[in-house]
Amino acid sequence: MDSILTPAESEALLLSLRISFVAVFGALPFAFAFALLLARTRFPGKLLVDGLIHVPLVLPPVAIGFLLLLAFGTRGPLGGFLLHSLGIRFVFSWTGAALASAIITFPFQVRAIRLSLESIDRGLSLAAQTLGAGWWDRLFNVTLPLALPGIAAGIVTAFAASLGEFGAIITFVSNIPGETRTLPLAIYAALQEPGGEAEAMRLSLISILLALVFMTVAELAQRRARDAA
Amino acid sequence: MSVEIALRHEFPGFALNVAFALPQQGVTALFGVSGAGKTTIVNAIAGTFRPREGRIVVNGRVVLDTGAGIFVPPAARRAGYVFQDARLFPHMSVKDNLLFGWRRAPVKAPSAEIDHAIALLGLGALLERRPRHLSGGEKGRVALGRALLSSPDILLLDEPLASLDAQRRAEILPYLENLRDEAKLPMLLVSHALDEVARLAHDIVVVKDGRVAAQGSVFDVLTDLDLSAIAGAPPVGAVIAATVAAQRDDGLTALDFDGGTLFVTRLKQPVGARLRVRVRAEEIMLALEEPHGISANNVLAARVVAIGGGAHADVQLACGATRLIARITQASSARLGLTPGKPVFAIVKSVTVDAL
Repeated sequence: MDSILTPAESEALLLSLRISFVAVFGALPFAFAFALLLARTRFPGKLLVDGLIHVPLVLPPVAIGFLLLLAFGTRGPLGGFLLHSLGIRFVFSWTGAALASAIITFPFQVRAIRLSLESIDRGLSLAAQTLGAGWWDRLFNVTLPLALPGIAAGIVTAFAASLGEFGAIITFVSNIPGETRTLPLAIYAALQEPGGEAEAMRLSLISILLALVFMTVAELAQRRARDAA
Repeated sequence: MSVEIALRHEFPGFALNVAFALPQQGVTALFGVSGAGKTTIVNAIAGTFRPREGRIVVNGRVVLDTGAGIFVPPAARRAGYVFQDARLFPHMSVKDNLLFGWRRAPVKAPSAEIDHAIALLGLGALLERRPRHLSGGEKGRVALGRALLSSPDILLLDEPLASLDAQRRAEILPYLENLRDEAKLPMLLVSHALDEVARLAHDIVVVKDGRVAAQGSVFDVLTDLDLSAIAGAPPVGAVIAATVAAQRDDGLTALDFDGGTLFVTRLKQPVGARLRVRVRAEEIMLALEEPHGISANNVLAARVVAIGGGAHADVQLACGATRLIARITQASSARLGLTPGKPVFAIVKSVTVDAL
């Protein structure tokens, strides 16, 4: 790969993959928990929780990046606390890019998982109960396996959306080569330089190839999940 | 009594208030029309429905006592529940479905029991299959086996045959009979089909509008002329307990019952075997004098006990200590001048013999 891609290109590619991977799988348990909450329970304020989860879907990503900067900046309420008590810093770091991606792609995951949870026959859970299965037992051995197609769909959609994330990342964690410069940000950076169109084109082609490979793998994975269910 | 049930609960427009008991083993039918409250009662025993007031004791263990604040959650109740729609886990093989409850039972049945249940329910060839590749009858049998292997204190069967067509029903009924004869535990069979009840159950609890309208042995309740009034179903006939008395040279088997002898085409059961004989009400003709020169093998001397009103005359008969029921027309009843106490001869055209 090094022979085809320049060091800067492979750096941007690997960073994109790493950030999306951490964002999607880091958010997955929370997405599952919220999907379960929305699919299986009734509580006051459910509509509000549902709405809040979907806010990133309609809010401009730049606005999300800005809000994250306010909250997680080293002088922000959360950022200051995390830095001083735990030594964790999000701004200008790839972990910040992952956090931004996770928030932006969260609704995709919750929606897909919730849909598949709602399609599971509730009677199966009752049957498992009468056969001696407690709450966690049912969650791991009945609900989770049956929700796998939805979980896979959620991962795929969120990963795809995360790979293309630009506005929130550049606003929150800037465009630092090797740290936060993902593929879209690298394309943007190339376009800022005179004569950078060829480089932008190469990076765009890499993005297209990545998308093709990814969608194929995703389709195969979903097919397998469907067949297993 | 091994299972005691007392429940009270008010739904909008419907009140449930029942109390009954089940014997140590054998099938008790919970009979009634749709909406009578049958499934709610079963759910309360399983713990998936929590009544406002109630007390349920299964096998000496109090699983619900609202007065004492006892509510054993469904996962700890050890109630084997066979749902009408089977509810097999679609992501597991038949084998994993069967073992789901077994693996979670506090006291596991010995593994020989697994093989026995698989043989009893004819599941040997299905073990590696997924539920979606099973027929309706096969699904029902797997659901039975799964509940049975969870080492339950009670088996709850919620219309396990209702969603099946006649052919599948006929396929699964013998397995239910095997289960009834072999499983040493109380079984509650929810049903709205009297023929099913007559074939499988020893006792019957008739539920109507959330209350127990009648209860007793099928031998008594099914020949009750009030059954249509209390259960919304006309009597289908009598169930008689009989014993094989002799295998005769003319190809018939003689069955003794409390009130006489019935002759049926040769049975394979040995002399002394106990059987259940069903006589449908339409299969009995009545005569005032003993008929001769007829093809029917069975003519029983009986006495009229009561005559029902309505489109048909359902005539309740006493034949010794056994109750029979004959369905004739009101015109025939008038022509014969039937009145309670009158001696008659019951000509039995055909009978159905089941395992007791």
